[in-house]
Amino acid sequence: MAIIDVKNVKKIYNDSEVAVHAVNGIDLSFEQGEFAAIVGPSGSGKTTFLNMLGGLDNTTEGEIVIDGVNVSNLKGSKLINFRLMNIGFVFQAYNLIPVLTAKENVEFIMELQGKSKTERDKRAKELLSAVGLGERINNRPNKLSGGQQQRVAVARALAPKPKFILADEPTANLDSKSTENLLDIMEKLNKEENITFIFSTHDSRVVNKARRVITVEDGKVISDVRK
Amino acid sequence: MKDLKMAWRNLWRNKRRTLITVMSIFFGVLLSIVMGSMQEGIYGSMIDNVVKTYSGHIQIQHPDYEENKNINNTIFESDGLIDSVLSIDHVTAAVPRLKNFALISSGEKTRIGMAIGISPAKENNLTGLKKWVKEGSYLENGDRGILIAKNLAKHLQAEIGDTIILISQGYHGANPADLFPVRGILDFPTPELNSLGVYMDIETARQFFYAPKMMTEIAVLADDYEEVPAIERKLEEMFDSRYNYLSWQELSPELVQFIESDKGSGVIMKAILYLVIGFGILGTIMMMMAERRREMGVMVAVGMQKIRLSKVIWFETVLMGIIAVALGFIISIPLIAYLTANPIPITGEYGEAYAQFGMEPVIYFKMAFSVFYQQALIVFAIILAISIYPYRVVRKLNTIEAIRG
Ligand SMILES: Nc1ncnc2c1ncn2[C@@H]1O[C@H](COP(=O)(O)OP(=O)(O)O)[C@@H](O)[C@H]1O
Ligand SMILES: [Mg+2]
Repeated sequence: MAIIDVKNVKKIYNDSEVAVHAVNGIDLSFEQGEFAAIVGPSGSGKTTFLNMLGGLDNTTEGEIVIDGVNVSNLKGSKLINFRLMNIGFVFQAYNLIPVLTAKENVEFIMELQGKSKTERDKRAKELLSAVGLGERINNRPNKLSGGQQQRVAVARALAPKPKFILADEPTANLDSKSTENLLDIMEKLNKEENITFIFSTHDSRVVNKARRVITVEDGKVISDVRK
Repeated sequence: MKDLKMAWRNLWRNKRRTLITVMSIFFGVLLSIVMGSMQEGIYGSMIDNVVKTYSGHIQIQHPDYEENKNINNTIFESDGLIDSVLSIDHVTAAVPRLKNFALISSGEKTRIGMAIGISPAKENNLTGLKKWVKEGSYLENGDRGILIAKNLAKHLQAEIGDTIILISQGYHGANPADLFPVRGILDFPTPELNSLGVYMDIETARQFFYAPKMMTEIAVLADDYEEVPAIERKLEEMFDSRYNYLSWQELSPELVQFIESDKGSGVIMKAILYLVIGFGILGTIMMMMAERRREMGVMVAVGMQKIRLSKVIWFETVLMGIIAVALGFIISIPLIAYLTANPIPITGEYGEAYAQFGMEPVIYFKMAFSVFYQQALIVFAIILAISIYPYRVVRKLNTIEAIRG
């Protein structure tokens, strides 16, 4: 059964004189355990689409159903709470909380979920070891390289046990070695723990690792290939 | 509780930012306490000037004397009366006086003035009368001579050793007239006192006015003018309505009026001060919020409720306010204590201008609890008002834009 159903979703920006159809009617569904890349040139609508998928932005038309819940109908604090309990985010610019250490960053969302201190502590340490940062748990983000920060971000996204993880160009700011390293970790988590990853990219090496490649252009899916 | 802890952690994790905000509030607190203490100090010294050169903080009089300043409306100095006044807390001096209008003549010239009987040693304790003697000498106890105020002496062309004739109304219709040698000439800092009249020993005055053991007033000095109402209550308790008690406000209504109007015009100054303080604090808070936009966007994106986030930031703001106000107290208490003990002298032209108006060329400060808690309350109210700003920023935060940075 699909965990995400996207039905004829559109996003139209009307704030300039010409309406921009950033996402122009996308129908897709995602299964548990997918490792899917959304590919397309800059401006093709990848970020807009992922934002709607993650409940960060509302749709102009169509609906997004996650695990039976129509996210398009959720608003305000209900929507925030839905994100908290269901969706993991990895951002292009890492976006760790600068005043918190690596471990505190990983614990942060669990703290919002109300998990106990011992549980948070245990899971944060496990996850940071899994992404190869067992030694750096007490470092603040500014003491970590970009690749290390992004690995902390992956651990942070995983910590609250979301249904899936959305990553908008997670490797765009990384060098090739860090990119490879990060993808290896994501792939491993996907294979061993059956974690669902949906990420956007325009890096061909990243595309090659994906088991499903969805190509978008002008806000439309032009191909959807499973390997 | 958790939110408070989170706020506390955030403060310590960004020491630079916290320090800037705390400092901006701290300087506001310090500035407003210094200004407030200076204002109180200036009023205090003005009140002291009037109170300590003549009137005293409280005068105890015959119930009818205020209405009808007649020597028949006098009070009797029974044994222990002054001692019981002195026994009241915060009373530092209580001196008897017997005074009445008199014709004061020397040679051809005559003026109307006051003939004031005082107890030389005690009076000097209260008003420091001795230090205003410009020429000649101060009165001894039981002295038969008089001290004459400068302007009056000039009009009468009286000099040290000259004889002055006093003619007045005595107790119960007596018509006293007598001769008194001039012992000294008084030069006060205020013009009114320089034309007021003559001073003599109270026993000499009692003989002259045929009023043994009588007083027109007991002048009472307190260690702080803020204690006056308490002392008045105590006096009423001790003597019921046997006497009339006049506070320095009732004795010097012009001074009260001046202070009130000065406070009134000071309101605008204060408003400007608080505006400057308020915008200073708001500026740093706005900077802080701008700096944290992305961080806050991420927090909301990953599932933090906006209401909770604004609560954490509100706690941060208020905690910084508490720290800054506490710091302001810690620094300003010894500072104001020092300035109270060591007033700042005004030198140069300004100093001369002050002296010309009979004012001491000194900026006084006063350590008043009321100033501290009032300023703390006002600054805190400003912080509470300002803390609406971060709340609004969070409420209006556009998550996607904030993350994009
Ligand atoms: N907030 C916005 N207002 C107006 N137009 C926007 C906004 N966000 C994105 N767009 C437009 O939507 C289109 C798709 O953008 P985006 O989703 O960022 O593409 P991608 O991530 O694939 O580069 C672009 O033409 C972009 O200019
Ligand atoms: Mg993009």
